[in-house]
Amino acid sequence: MSRLRLSVHAAPRERQAASEGLYYFHNFSAYTMHGEPLRQTVSITNPQGFHMRPMAAFVEAANRFPCRVTVLRSGKDPVNGKSMLGLLGLNAPEGTELVIEVTGPRADEALQALVVVLQRNFDEE
Amino acid sequence: MRMSEFIIRNAISADLAAKDKEGIIREMVENLRLAGNFKNNESEDVVKAILKRELLSSTGIGDGVAIPHAKHPSVDRLVGAVALSTKGVPFDSVDNDPVFVLVMLISPQERPSEHLRALEGVSRCLKDKEFVRSLRQATSAQQIWDLICVHDKSA
Repeated sequence: MSRLRLSVHAAPRERQAASEGLYYFHNFSAYTMHGEPLRQTVSITNPQGFHMRPMAAFVEAANRFPCRVTVLRSGKDPVNGKSMLGLLGLNAPEGTELVIEVTGPRADEALQALVVVLQRNFDEE
Repeated sequence: MRMSEFIIRNAISADLAAKDKEGIIREMVENLRLAGNFKNNESEDVVKAILKRELLSSTGIGDGVAIPHAKHPSVDRLVGAVALSTKGVPFDSVDNDPVFVLVMLISPQERPSEHLRALEGVSRCLKDKEFVRSLRQATSAQQIWDLICVHDKSA
């Protein structure tokens, strides 16, 4: 898998990892061992916004992992990333920044998979 | 967007007759057509657009709910219908369970933000377990409409 683009809104530690040329997901392991949440900001680039097909793929991917998945959008309550009804409430058109937050077992793997789903362009398939 | 802003009151059904996915979709589109929501009698084309979308992945999101939808030039604004299937209908849902509550959305082309705001409205109602329980017990279109309006006012 190709290396993922790092958001400019990533936490300082993530930015530092990226600037050091590290494959930064690996650096998250230290966080997960202590049960602290991992977060990444992803900007919605799909002209259709975060619509139902990517949402379904996101929920399906989130449910493959035992960790808790939360999606945050400015001005809204956090939603459960494993719930379709939760994601449907996000109303995230193109350009919206969503923060994926994962906590618990295999959080780093989950975060990586979920970022891939959000960056996939479903309308070209 | 609140559900009462886009659900067409005269296209609500409390007891769909069809017993399969395509039949349910046809019945709901017909309800929208009868309520006068399509230009040029294009309802067959709307049905095809919704079925085509279902082929990509089912809009049965689990817990007995489906949100079949499509973009179509036959509408100038987003319109929606709500329907119940009292016996439940197979819908290839994510949890493989039958669907009892359906919300159909038909959006104009190139207006994705309207569709996302409508989904937000649907989510606001359907996340409320008490609302869904009452909805599933409704026996008339009027009851369903009243439930939607009361929920919209309280939210």
